[in-house]
Amino acid sequence: MVTYIIRRLIWAVVMLSIVSIITFAIFFLVPRLAGATSESLAARYVGRTASAEQVKVAAEKLGFNDPLIVQYGRFAKGIVAGADYDYGPGVEHCPAPCFGYSFLTRLPVWPDLLDRLPVTMSLAFGAAVIWVIAGVATGVLSALRRGSLFDRAAMGVALAGVSLPIFFTGIVSLVVFSYGHPFRITAPGGSFTPIEENPAMWAYNLILPWITLAFLYAAGYARLTRAGMLETMNEEYIRTARAKGLNERVVVVKHGLRGALTPILTIFGLDLGLLLGGAVLTESTYSLPGMGKYAIDAITNQDLPKVMGVTLVAAFFVVFANLIVDLLYAVVDPRVRLG
Amino acid sequence: MSFLELKDLRIHFPTDDGLVKSVDGLSFTLERGRTLGIVGESGSGKSVTSLGILGLHKGGRARISGEIWLDGEELVGASQEHVRTLRGKKMAMIFQDPLSAMHPFYTVGDQIIEAYRIHNDVSKKVARKHAIDMLGRVGIPQPARRVDSYPHEFSGGMRQRAMIAMALSCDPELLIADEPTTALDVTVQAQILDLMRDLQRDFDAALIVITHDLGVVAELSDDILVMYGGKCVEYGTSDDIFERPEHPYTWGLLGSMPRLDREPTERLMPIKGSPPSLINVPSGCAFHPRCAFEERTAGLAKVEVPELRETEGGHLVRCHLPAERRRAIWRNEIKPNLEAS
Repeated sequence: MVTYIIRRLIWAVVMLSIVSIITFAIFFLVPRLAGATSESLAARYVGRTASAEQVKVAAEKLGFNDPLIVQYGRFAKGIVAGADYDYGPGVEHCPAPCFGYSFLTRLPVWPDLLDRLPVTMSLAFGAAVIWVIAGVATGVLSALRRGSLFDRAAMGVALAGVSLPIFFTGIVSLVVFSYGHPFRITAPGGSFTPIEENPAMWAYNLILPWITLAFLYAAGYARLTRAGMLETMNEEYIRTARAKGLNERVVVVKHGLRGALTPILTIFGLDLGLLLGGAVLTESTYSLPGMGKYAIDAITNQDLPKVMGVTLVAAFFVVFANLIVDLLYAVVDPRVRLG
Repeated sequence: MSFLELKDLRIHFPTDDGLVKSVDGLSFTLERGRTLGIVGESGSGKSVTSLGILGLHKGGRARISGEIWLDGEELVGASQEHVRTLRGKKMAMIFQDPLSAMHPFYTVGDQIIEAYRIHNDVSKKVARKHAIDMLGRVGIPQPARRVDSYPHEFSGGMRQRAMIAMALSCDPELLIADEPTTALDVTVQAQILDLMRDLQRDFDAALIVITHDLGVVAELSDDILVMYGGKCVEYGTSDDIFERPEHPYTWGLLGSMPRLDREPTERLMPIKGSPPSLINVPSGCAFHPRCAFEERTAGLAKVEVPELRETEGGHLVRCHLPAERRRAIWRNEIKPNLEAS
């Protein structure tokens, strides 16, 4: 078990390295292959009025003239050991994990990410609670009343949930529930209150994004749960549970749902891991200052250190979530042996 | 009144293709301490009958009529909730394949504890002790350690023992074993049969053994009921069925049973054809399309369903052939073939 975890952690580091190399290559190698020079890369970051001389200095400072491998090495070293940056007036030390300074704002990336993380976490965890409860409950009821009006209605709504994109449902919900309506249930986007500051405001500001995001996911979970329940409720161990004299609710939850839980857990881990890297569309629609929004801004401005930072943090969550899921697998299904 | 009495039990399932008459007018009685073997091919209605007695068809699509009397209580008309309180406590069941019949995610101990605590208001600790006792009683070595094992960590025979421990945990008065040895190795089968025989004596329960294996019923049963197409075609004591069988279908079952005391070169005599459709049951006697003696009824078997009639001393047979004819056929045509070696 311990060796398994260690091995998986080593793999996680390898995965993250690969992700960082690929991201790095896309941003630096691809433009150069297309004919960009150090100067034309640097020109993006110095403003339109800069002279050719200023661009040259900037390119040198940003390290664009060094071989790619050196640039990448500098970046990797910063994450592990921290780095010193020479930005004109003085040398600044950037402690590990250092994702460098924004090319545009000259601000370090890591504190920025730490600022954004609570927003994305609040959004992801809150939505996850809603979609798991709603999705699984709907799926169970649908499976138990297969073919009923409830089942058909629920699966119809689920189909809509899976199919409708966030930027549609999000905007519709904003129009209906927020902008200047008497029965508005949330402030029109853009405001985030940390939970430790005011939990009520925190929830009030997030309720609409939560529901919008949860709607998308709950639909999938409802379908998945329904399929799983239809299968497990036909298992022989369900008949055994009934033959013992258990009441039907215990049979359904303790025996049926328990048996259908494994695939739900898998998908949940992956979904949550992915979301923690930023719910791009939801954050954009509701102007929430989370990781997703940060990533979009970074990409729009081609601000490499920011892109690298946000990509690596997102990749970390996915890899980490995968590891947790695999460990939980052994807990959920005792037949699984880790090794 | 008998401990268990079925009167004209019918369990029909409406399907898109028509009404499936899985059990069609079944009656029998069973006393405490006695063992009844129910024998028949797949689809003859054996398992549906047992699930029907436990009330596991209730609330489903099945249409159930007739009467099931258990210790003076009628169960067909009883509420689902009431029958549930009897399940596990008054009547319990052992299933065919213990690997799929036990929940793979809970330990064997937890599953026994659960069964015990449904009907006994005791702490987990007491129930656990009881579970360990039960596991010891069904012959599982080191029960205090094995109680925390998962079903997949047991061997097939051990799993079936654990299943039996679970079924017996609440000291049921009626135990139904549905193909209890079919999924097991031959060497283990005999052990499980021995165990069931011993336990039945200890618990003084009424036991119903459902199987397609005449060898199993020969080991265990006092009485045997042969089912065909949802109906009882022959009922009698173990001696009646093995020494004086009168129904052509029973003869077929006996002829298709491999026996160690016969020459290995000798061929088994399978029953030709396949079990009847339960939707379009053959007219007249359901067995007539496969019966070698059908023409001796002068066409009667094709048009009229034979009655289940007593031939002598509680031995019941559902056949148009006159009793003397049947005995003569058994004596002159069937028995010599079975015994030839």
